[in-house]
Amino acid sequence: MKGFWHDAAEFFPILMSGVALTIIVTIGSLLLSTVLGLIWAMMRVSGIKVLSMLSASLINVIRGIPIIVLLFYLYFVMPDLGVTLSALQAAILGLGIAYSAYQAENFRAGIEAIDKGQIEAAQSIGMGWWLTMRRVVLPQAVRIVLPPYGNVMIMMLKDSSQASTITVAELALQGKLIASSTFKNTNVFTLVALMYLTMSIPLILLVRHFEKRAGKK
Amino acid sequence: MIELTDVHKSFGQNEVLKGITASVQKGEVVCIVGPSGSGKSTILRCINGLESYDRGEISVEGLKVDRDAASIVKVRTQVSMVFQRFNLFPHRTVLENVVEGPLYVKKEPRAQVLERGRVLLAQVGLAEKADAHPPQLSGGQQQRVAIARALAMQPKAILFDEPTSALDPELVGDVLGVMRKLADDGMTMVVVTHEMGFARDVADRVLFIDGGVIVEQGPAKSVLNQPQHPRTQDFLRRVLHPL
Repeated sequence: MKGFWHDAAEFFPILMSGVALTIIVTIGSLLLSTVLGLIWAMMRVSGIKVLSMLSASLINVIRGIPIIVLLFYLYFVMPDLGVTLSALQAAILGLGIAYSAYQAENFRAGIEAIDKGQIEAAQSIGMGWWLTMRRVVLPQAVRIVLPPYGNVMIMMLKDSSQASTITVAELALQGKLIASSTFKNTNVFTLVALMYLTMSIPLILLVRHFEKRAGKK
Repeated sequence: MIELTDVHKSFGQNEVLKGITASVQKGEVVCIVGPSGSGKSTILRCINGLESYDRGEISVEGLKVDRDAASIVKVRTQVSMVFQRFNLFPHRTVLENVVEGPLYVKKEPRAQVLERGRVLLAQVGLAEKADAHPPQLSGGQQQRVAIARALAMQPKAILFDEPTSALDPELVGDVLGVMRKLADDGMTMVVVTHEMGFARDVADRVLFIDGGVIVEQGPAKSVLNQPQHPRTQDFLRRVLHPL
C-alpha cells in the first residue's frame, strides 16, 4: 500500500495531462453530439417525410458502426480521401457523431412524450411549427430528457478512452504508456480507474439531481 | 361569420361528419349537443383547422379554413379555442399563459399585453393567481385561465369543446358563470356541451347532432323543451332523466 501512494505521487502529474485531454475530448464530443442529435431529432419530428426518413436511416447507420471503427475511419481513411484530421479532431468528431444517434433518440423520446393537447393549444393560438417547438414543446421536453442526457455524459467520459486507439494521449493512454515502461501495472491502472471514478461521481450526482427534479410535478 | 357548407370528414373507414351545413352569426351563442361520438368536437376542431376535412367548405369571416395554408394562422388568431382538458402550458405562470399568444404570435407591445392579461384574469376571478403555475390550480381555475388565454387573443369568436366535462361537479358553476358573462357581453360562441341548463338559458340556438348529421336545430328553448325529432327526444330524455 505504501508503494501505491509513492507511485501515485510520482505518476499523478503525468496522468493529469491525460485527464486534461480526456476532458477536452469529452466536452468537445458532448457538444457536437448534442447539436447533431438535436438536428436529427428535429428532422425526425418535422412531419416532412424526406427529412424524417433521412434522419432515421442516418441514425441507424451510425448506431450500426462501432465507435472504434468510426475513429479508425476518420483518422486513417480520411487522409486517403484528402482530409487530414489531427488525432484530437478525429476523436471529437468520431465520438460526437457516434453519440449523436443516441442523443437524437433520447431527444425524440422527450419531444414525443409531450401531451398532444399542448401542441393543439399552441396551434389554437396561432403558433407555427417552430414557435410551438421553441415556446411549448422543447422547454417541457428538457425536464424529461435531462436524466438520460446525464447518463450519456457519463458514458462519453468513459468512452473518450477509445480515443487512445488513434494516439490521443488521454488518461487511458497515458496510463498504458507509464505501465509498459515501469511494469507497475497494478498501481498504475488502479490509479487510472480511481481518476475516472473521481470524474464520474459528480456526474452521477448530477443525474440523481435531474431525476429528482423530473420526478416532481 | 362562421360558415360550414356540406362538410364531410372521415377517420379511416369511419365517416364522422356526413355533410354538415350550418352558420354562426356575429354575437350569437350556438350550443352543439348530442351523444358522444356523434362528431360534435370534430366540427369545432375543423373550424380552427386542428383537424382537416375531406369535402365541403368552412369559412371564417369569408376566409377559407385550410389547415395547410398560411392563412390558417389568421383564422386561429380570430377564433380562439377552449379545450376539455384545459391544455394550459404547465411550465409557464398563469399570466404568461394568458399573454403567450398576443406576445409571441401577434407580437403586441409587452406592457400593453401584460396589462390586458391582468385585467382578463381579474375578469375571470383569478387576479391573485397571476404568478401561480397551472398545476397548482383546481380544474375550474385552470379552465377559467384557459378562457382568459382565449380572450387575450381578442378573438371574434371562441370555440368551447366540452369545457366543463373534466371538472368536479362543484366547480362547473364558476366556469359556466364566466361563459354566461361572455355571452351577455356579446361574444360569438360555439359551445359543445352536455350542460343542458346552460344551453337552455344562454344559447341563442341549439344544434342537435347524431351520427354525423344535424338532426334538429332551432332556438334553444324550442329544441330543448319541445324537441320534434324522435332521436332528439330520446337523447334529451336520457340526459335529463338518467334514472
